[in-house]
Amino acid sequence: MSDIADKVKKIVVEHLGVDESKVTPDASFIDDLGADSLDTVELVMAFEEAFSVEIPEDAAEKIATVKDAIDYIEKQKAA
Amino acid sequence: MFSLSGKTALVTGASGGIGAAIARQLHAQGATVVLSGTREAALQELADSLGERAHIAVANLSDPAEADGLVAKAEAVAGAPLDILVNNAGLTRDTLAIRMKDSDWSQVMTVDLESPFRLARAALKGMLRRRAGRIISIASVVGTTGNAGQANYAAAKAGIVGMSKSLAQEAGPRGVTVNVVAPGFIETPMTDVLPETVREKLVGSIPLGRMGNTGDVASAVVYLASDEAAWVTGTTLHVNGGMAMV
Repeated sequence: MSDIADKVKKIVVEHLGVDESKVTPDASFIDDLGADSLDTVELVMAFEEAFSVEIPEDAAEKIATVKDAIDYIEKQKAA
Repeated sequence: MFSLSGKTALVTGASGGIGAAIARQLHAQGATVVLSGTREAALQELADSLGERAHIAVANLSDPAEADGLVAKAEAVAGAPLDILVNNAGLTRDTLAIRMKDSDWSQVMTVDLESPFRLARAALKGMLRRRAGRIISIASVVGTTGNAGQANYAAAKAGIVGMSKSLAQEAGPRGVTVNVVAPGFIETPMTDVLPETVREKLVGSIPLGRMGNTGDVASAVVYLASDEAAWVTGTTLHVNGGMAMV
């Protein structure tokens, strides 16, 4: 797993207070990890801060799973 | 009841009459207070008179960067995260609309409406994470009734109410409450200069038969800041002696 994936996972565990084993790539923040809409906004803000990227509103809306977040950040970092 | 022991509060406009009274009462209930304003000497004097648990953080809220940074600055001087934000700072640029300059409008909007938003936005980030917090903004009865010569001020104060209701809905699921206190006519140095006839007419329109004092406003803030007000959010507490029953 990449450094970015590790870090994303850590942030999700920290923010949502869920068990690390549940944070699989396909896990949906809302459906599987119990996040509400405010949690997802807070997660996006935490990603922005941790990775020094800007995630615009329309992109943030499409980040539904752990993998979505990792892919988006990896793409931004590669660009 | 209404103990604020262990809580940290930031009060903007703390060198003014109402702001100082709010700071005093929050402090008397046990809170650590951070006094903010533009006049350092006046803030320091108030802090000295309060003694322990009182800090100052000078900021000019007409500067967006200073408004954005004030919550972090307050937390740094207090050495604790912010539990209570009291948006009290405000200014007036009264004149009839046909004579109102763009700068009269924009200065009032910047300080009275935009800076409370900037402060609330900064405070909410930590409050949401900690699942606790109180945001209380001081509006005015004129935000509800309007007032000739105060189109700018009344618009800003009405804006505070709409903003607070929206923030209350966003922050509610995290146990953070957002409320407004709307004072009526309060005795301050500003109202002391009114001619006696004007004062009499004013008081005549108030069912409780007197002007308010700064302590009347501060008590309302203490209530909304307390744990006892945990189930009150998005509301406007009118403190006006019954002058406008809204």
